[in-house]
Amino acid sequence: MESFLRLFTDPGPASFVNFKFLPKYTPYFVSGIMNTLALSVVSVILAVLPALLLALMRLSRSKAVQRVSGAYIAVFRSTPLMVQLAIIYFGLFNAIKLPNVTIGFIRLNSFIPFVVALALNSAAYVAEIFRAGILAVDSGQMEAARSLGLPKGKAMKLVILPQAIKNVLPALANEVVTMVKESSVCSAYGMAELMWAARNVAGTTGISIGPFVLVAAIYFCIAFPATKGIEAIERRMRRGDQR
Amino acid sequence: MATSDKLITVSHVTKEFSGGSVRALNDCSLEVSKGEVVTIIGPSGSGKSTLLRCLNLLEVPNSGTITFDGTVITDPGCDIDLHRRKMGMVFQHFNLFPHMTVLRNITLAPVELGLKSQEEATAQAKALLERVGLADKADEYPIRLSGGQKQRIAIVRALAMEPEVMLFDEPTSALDPEMVGEVLDVMKELARDGMTMVVVTHEMGFAREVGSRVIFMDSGHIVEENTPQEFFAHPKEQRTIDFLSKVL
Ligand SMILES: Nc1ncnc2c1ncn2[C@@H]1O[C@H](COP(=O)(O)OP(=O)(O)OP(=O)(O)O)[C@@H](O)[C@H]1O
Ligand SMILES: [Mg+2]
Repeated sequence: MESFLRLFTDPGPASFVNFKFLPKYTPYFVSGIMNTLALSVVSVILAVLPALLLALMRLSRSKAVQRVSGAYIAVFRSTPLMVQLAIIYFGLFNAIKLPNVTIGFIRLNSFIPFVVALALNSAAYVAEIFRAGILAVDSGQMEAARSLGLPKGKAMKLVILPQAIKNVLPALANEVVTMVKESSVCSAYGMAELMWAARNVAGTTGISIGPFVLVAAIYFCIAFPATKGIEAIERRMRRGDQR
Repeated sequence: MATSDKLITVSHVTKEFSGGSVRALNDCSLEVSKGEVVTIIGPSGSGKSTLLRCLNLLEVPNSGTITFDGTVITDPGCDIDLHRRKMGMVFQHFNLFPHMTVLRNITLAPVELGLKSQEEATAQAKALLERVGLADKADEYPIRLSGGQKQRIAIVRALAMEPEVMLFDEPTSALDPEMVGEVLDVMKELARDGMTMVVVTHEMGFAREVGSRVIFMDSGHIVEENTPQEFFAHPKEQRTIDFLSKVL
């Protein structure tokens, strides 16, 4: 116990695994957590509409429309997020000048390229979630709506999608958890999220393992309970359906 | 009968599934006049549902034509949504919209299609619910209803579009026996009021007592059709005789 406590206080001989950096650098990690959460939540929210469009395109009767959506999904799921981020960050946002505006703790000009890259990536995964959710709605629902004379679009919007959305909410929440972890790639290009805090502190203090162990623990403490919570809600929802 | 009485004409319709490996309908022709109650019976897999679902193009025939109210609805240029408004359909598994109240289930299509204001549609829905004895269920969700209640609501939902014909696909087959009667009663009343009906059913009693004509199908063919009296008393085809000996 005593030696454990010394990890945090005693400035003794050089060691890679210690947490002496903590008192001084705590603000880095706190703002890292906030940026990580903002990145993941905002990117999944931004992904929802394009993902819905991609899912509907995949279910379209036109082969050409299906292929466009299929190609997008294939490209984003079959290349590393790190590479997508590099292309979007250097390619797209070198060409576009972003406003120097700050909303809360978020500096838009550094935040937007990352959130756009994550959202474009996430859209490909969320599209598949939506597609599965739409297909999971009993086909009798569409038939009943169409037999009343509702056109396909209206039937989709009024009858199918509201039921599909409820089916996919747990998967959507899981996508946020995935993004919490995946967004760590943004540290490579200087986004001040959680992983960046660890890299920065490790670099400044020369304590090379401690900061990473700390952020691993933080990621775990966000992702694990969130996943368990979502599972519990999902179980409750399924029981509700059987009533 | 005058030709103007013809509401639906099915002419040489063939329907295949699974790339032609299943021929569900084989050169079927049929006419339904206004006010008729046509029942379709036959063994499982004989094509009864497929024939019924072709009438409102839930299944699109591979060949042949279907005429509804003077319009050839199988024409590629035909806007089927307009004609479906006039053809109510009731399904074996009700297919009520589970995320909407009973009232919204009933008023959805008339309101969304701009045929009625919400107030008009609500008033009409309440009157129809009254007629089927479910006035107190307007604000319930379908999950809280029994099978018989769900099916009566489904009938009301179709009636709210003020259709010219009602199509029923085994409306009582998914019901507990004690609930069959309440649904059949609603259908009998509809028939008495002069509604044109096409009913796929296993209820021989309904076909005999309420139907004006019985159609017997087997392996994609319309094998025999006749008045209920003649059909049940003097079946002509061997396949009909075999079938009736099993179900009666
Ligand atoms: N969507 C489909 N895809 C492939 N085959 C189908 C499809 N719908 C029907 N069939 C086949 O077409 C044939 C006729 O089916 P249909 O459902 O019309 O029979 P049915 O007389 O209504 O039978 P049941 O009394 O069991 O409802 C069957 O062989 C069935 O397997
Ligand atoms: Mg059937």
